[in-house]
Amino acid sequence: MAKVTIDGIEVEVPNGASVLQACEAAGKEIPRFCYHERLSVAGNCRMCLVEVEKAPKPVASCAYPVADGMKVFTDSAMVRNARRNVMEFLLINHPLDCPICDQGGECDLQDQAVAFGRDGSRYREEKRAVKDKYLGPLVKTIMTRCIQCTRCVRFATEVAGVPELGATGRGENMQIGTYVEKALTTELSGNLIDICPVGALTSRPYAFVSRPWELRKTDSIDVLDAVGAAIRVDTRGPEVLRIIPRTNEDVNEEWMADRGRFSFDGLKRKRLDRPWIRREGKLQPATWPEALEHIAGKLKGMPGSRIGAVAGDLVDVESVYALKALMNALGSQNLECRQDGAKIDGSRRDHYLFNSGIAGIDEADALLIIGSNPRKEAPVLNARIRKRWNSGAMPVATIGEAGLDLTYTAEHLGEGTAVLDALLDGSHAFAKVLGEAKKPMIILGRGAVAREDGAAVLAAAWALANQIGALTPEWHGFNMLHLFGGQVGALDAGFLPGEGGQDLAGMLSGGVDALWLLGADGFEPAFISPGTFVIYQGHHGDRAASRADVILPGAAYTEKEGTYVNTEGRVQRGRLAVFPPGEAKEDWRIIRAAGVAMGVNLPFDTLEDVRAGMVAANPVFGLVDGRIAGGVQDVAGPAAGGTLSGTAFKANLTDYWLADPISRASETMAECSRIYNAAPVAQAAE
Amino acid sequence: MALSDKDRIFTNLYGLHDWRLPEARRRGNWDGTAAIIAKGRDWIIEELKQSGLRGRGGAGFPTGLKWSFMPKANPDGRPSYLVVNCDESEPGTCKDRDIIRHDPHTLIEGCLLAGVGMGAHAGYIYVRGEYYNEHLVLQAAIDEAYDAGLLGKNAAGSGWDFDLYVHRGAGAYICGEETALIESLEGKKGMPRLKPPFPAAVGLYGCPTTVNNVETIAVVPEIMRRGASWFASFGRPKNSGTKVFCIQGHVNKPCNVEAEMSIPLRELIDRYAGGVRGGWDNLLAVIPGGSSTPMIPKAVCDDVLMDFDALREQRTGLGTAAVIVMDKSTDLIKAIARLAAFYKHESCGQCTPCREGMGWQKRLMDRMVEGRAEIAEIDVLESVTRQIEGHTICALADGGVWPVQGLIRHFRPMMEERIQQYHAKKNGGVMPHANQTSGVPPLAAE
Amino acid sequence: MSAPHQQEPTDFTFDADSEAQIAKIVARYPEGKQASAVIPLLYVAQKQMGRLTGSAWVPRVAMDAVAVKLSMAPIRVYEVATFYFMFNTKPMGRFHLQVCGTTPCWLRGSDDVLRACKDAGHLKGYGDTSEDGLFTLSEVECLGACVNAPILQVDDDYYEDLDYDRTVKLIESLKRGERPAPGSSIGRQTSAPEGGPNTLLDIPMMAKE
Repeated sequence: MAKVTIDGIEVEVPNGASVLQACEAAGKEIPRFCYHERLSVAGNCRMCLVEVEKAPKPVASCAYPVADGMKVFTDSAMVRNARRNVMEFLLINHPLDCPICDQGGECDLQDQAVAFGRDGSRYREEKRAVKDKYLGPLVKTIMTRCIQCTRCVRFATEVAGVPELGATGRGENMQIGTYVEKALTTELSGNLIDICPVGALTSRPYAFVSRPWELRKTDSIDVLDAVGAAIRVDTRGPEVLRIIPRTNEDVNEEWMADRGRFSFDGLKRKRLDRPWIRREGKLQPATWPEALEHIAGKLKGMPGSRIGAVAGDLVDVESVYALKALMNALGSQNLECRQDGAKIDGSRRDHYLFNSGIAGIDEADALLIIGSNPRKEAPVLNARIRKRWNSGAMPVATIGEAGLDLTYTAEHLGEGTAVLDALLDGSHAFAKVLGEAKKPMIILGRGAVAREDGAAVLAAAWALANQIGALTPEWHGFNMLHLFGGQVGALDAGFLPGEGGQDLAGMLSGGVDALWLLGADGFEPAFISPGTFVIYQGHHGDRAASRADVILPGAAYTEKEGTYVNTEGRVQRGRLAVFPPGEAKEDWRIIRAAGVAMGVNLPFDTLEDVRAGMVAANPVFGLVDGRIAGGVQDVAGPAAGGTLSGTAFKANLTDYWLADPISRASETMAECSRIYNAAPVAQAAE
Repeated sequence: MALSDKDRIFTNLYGLHDWRLPEARRRGNWDGTAAIIAKGRDWIIEELKQSGLRGRGGAGFPTGLKWSFMPKANPDGRPSYLVVNCDESEPGTCKDRDIIRHDPHTLIEGCLLAGVGMGAHAGYIYVRGEYYNEHLVLQAAIDEAYDAGLLGKNAAGSGWDFDLYVHRGAGAYICGEETALIESLEGKKGMPRLKPPFPAAVGLYGCPTTVNNVETIAVVPEIMRRGASWFASFGRPKNSGTKVFCIQGHVNKPCNVEAEMSIPLRELIDRYAGGVRGGWDNLLAVIPGGSSTPMIPKAVCDDVLMDFDALREQRTGLGTAAVIVMDKSTDLIKAIARLAAFYKHESCGQCTPCREGMGWQKRLMDRMVEGRAEIAEIDVLESVTRQIEGHTICALADGGVWPVQGLIRHFRPMMEERIQQYHAKKNGGVMPHANQTSGVPPLAAE
Repeated sequence: MSAPHQQEPTDFTFDADSEAQIAKIVARYPEGKQASAVIPLLYVAQKQMGRLTGSAWVPRVAMDAVAVKLSMAPIRVYEVATFYFMFNTKPMGRFHLQVCGTTPCWLRGSDDVLRACKDAGHLKGYGDTSEDGLFTLSEVECLGACVNAPILQVDDDYYEDLDYDRTVKLIESLKRGERPAPGSSIGRQTSAPEGGPNTLLDIPMMAKE
């Protein structure tokens, strides 16, 4: 530790800390543009200059290491002058277009100009104009505003792992871009907008939409993948105008994936905003009482064993809990939340969780990925793997698709389950790597168990984890990577076939006469047996709604108070940012009302009642914002069923950009899909 | 007493003789190299310290001291590197060019001794890209040194293994800055690194590295052979040795010449360069040490000595000892404006003050050339230079504003006159009052 | 979308000549540090373009080829190629006339050299390529031969101590396909004073072996 005095305040900071960090420890705010705590230090903007006793010149605090006994001044004449000087230089070529700049009101440069700027300019020469660059469909560039801090270059190279952005040219002609004008091949590009301290990189969909002070800000959780990134939903009136990440060190640090961020225009399109009833083969508008009574009429007298329910991927625990209660009350044990047919063993939580925890990746020292492409399935989690890989020795290997670009080097061991056998019998060299690691991790893609031999794959992966010493009282190295924000919550709620209940395949193939689909768009509705009466409750007119006999319009995740559990088992709350459109309602309320229509009075009237019931059913739901961490007490694995088939693992998401009902309704996502799924552009120019 | 030929180190500065090894040996290169090395690393560094040699690349840092910063042992297995800076790009400077094309073996032998002195077994000579023909000579000289066993395993029979490579730059003045040079050598843009860490701790490929100028390294063998006291006998204390001067501009016979340190400027010009064009009294100003050093007016030139300390007293510097002479026909404002353009062109673009400020300075200077400015803008110009200076990662920015500061310091009336003339012409002889037209408040400095 | 490189060739492959050079170049740098060779390889590419097409420049496809050779991200090569001014990222004339315009040369008459280049090379100004494709005119910063100012660099060669007439003469001989010997155009002994050295006339020499 080093003792440093900042403006007379003595602080102790670790050796090797920067002066800027010491200043922050002393509560002194240091203006900065290029410095970002999650990126390498560039030291180029020169805004963070401070005075250090005995140093002849002001020093860049972001890059200067502390020394014991150092005296730092952050508000001396020298410092104030230096900051004013730098500010003047930054502004001479920066356009005075704040009134039309989307960064206006939340711009670091604007804020610092208030503190250190002059009221007029001494610069009488022509200002620089820079041609805008193309970075893809999500990030809009106004490069004349760029202050060359290179945060974006460092983010792309270091965090996103796509070294495609650079600063070409030199001196005042240095320009940020790809040079070849191509879309950045990352699922994290929205973060460039956040880290840009000026209005050079802004959100294309949000362009000219709103001002920050017009927005109502609601803290919530992203459910479009299973990471559960902390987000803020910015709304004006009934509309979601943008979604940006919040910091949660344990989950998303401060990053966010593009699908979660940019698909919100899908919240306005293809919405189910009123009930519908199929009459004479055609869906026709209906009122709520009509719809609910129609259902009650159809289900009346139907034995519970002939009624089934399937929960979708984005559902909140409240609705799942309510629907389970209704089904049970109707005498049905036919519940299913594994639309993908994943052979998940719901009997023990750590058989289906990402047990190491997302932050646990930082500690891992060897990683095997089985049947997953984390870059597409959980981009932010993948960035964390990359960070760990980058920081030192963490060998990574994959089993599954060949030629994946994960943004880090991974040894491809094979495409199918044969490698699992070889690892289990120790004949494969990577078994040794895993075995020698102190904290080895296995990531099993959810899709890897969504196949005929899924149970065998699951059992084999667990057995391998046990064998390599990944399952200890201190460390839990078995990790399942789920794909969507509702999946784990539904498992935790036990939305699985009960005693004698049927699973998805059984229900689809005529095992039930009535099927309640709660946002279940994850399978081809044509598989539903033709005679089955289908109730679709959800927010989007996606795949399943067209097969429905009754449609009950529900709320999307931005439109309700909902509990979600991320892939690591962290219980988090999404919040209502806007009201559901039209006549759509919060889902648990719909279910409760449907029960009433059927003469079933479910034992909850308020959200609090629902949540109390959830916690009673499974205490983990009471651990809001937390998760049960720790090692393995019982190494007994999931029930094995059948043998490994030897078939290759396939990609779990066929199209990242269109992976969920909201994104499939989004024009922005459609454009991304079009651009990013186009055949790779030849290097030749047009 | 003028320096005599027998005390000159660069005996083939003009290429009168063959640069190749046999002739170089006749001129004394590679004489007893192994015996010098046998005296050991500490002896070499001590001798160098005693000689008073200060870096010839511009900053004048004591060379022996610099070498002593290199780690004595490399327990972590990192090798040490010698990097020789031949990115000679400081306007006015053309001495290293002569060394590598005419006297390459002085440098190559120096590299081996430096390698021993700093514990390096490999060296890279970074030659500016434009010196294409010159680098061919240097490479050929290295090749013949290898063939003769002077480089490589057991170099020169000394027991020391030493490899030496030539690496070409590609047109970037900034690569003369040592950490930018290292970046460039690693295959990146030549953008200076943040210091600390300094290259002696973390340099090329993350290894301990010392970067020295060509001339600095090339004089080492003669110092070792003839002794520190011989070298220290030239020039004033702390300014010792001989030095290659590049005398140019408005002199009758521009030339490079090796002369003793602390030689009076006037004597240097008169004795070696045929005097100022039109005679000494026709002298207007001299840039004494390459473009980064502020100019000095004739009055100072009359009796200033050419060494580090004397020139620093005159608020300028010896720099690379490139003496740019300007007679009374010179448009000094334009001469400096062209340097401002140079620094704008060569700013790497990394630090805000330099990237933005150099363009501003250049554009202001362009207007000063015409006089299309307000008198108050001379103050703006001066303040812009002060705002750039001392606020950047490297010293390019400092060197880029000093010429303008020197101009304002010594020739402000000339600038004012130019502005007045411009306005007189434009306004039919009526000079607007500066205070009324400028509208430019001075920066409220504290 | 792609950058507007109108004359961008569709592919670039190092020829045998270049490959031989590359093997030697890469060997100069330690294992795993082959990115160090990026500047040398860009030169190899530029020279090959000059050799094969008469226009020494580095098209983007050549930068990509360098990136592949050195296992670098292409953008890192683009950055280098655009940072260093000796890489021509646009097609060039057969001869690259590079006028040093920095103060030491300017003091000695670089304006006349520029004028001579324009007149004799039929060039409009800096950045221009003559219609016959013979010359591209560039202004360069200090070439580091200041005691022989003013300098015109033609491709890799320095022509020194020029004035208007001698520059015209040089350009005319280039047009005729001649390549005058580089160096002083007034017959000076390199950087020695005009009229001959007045030092280094009496250096001690050891006996020939």
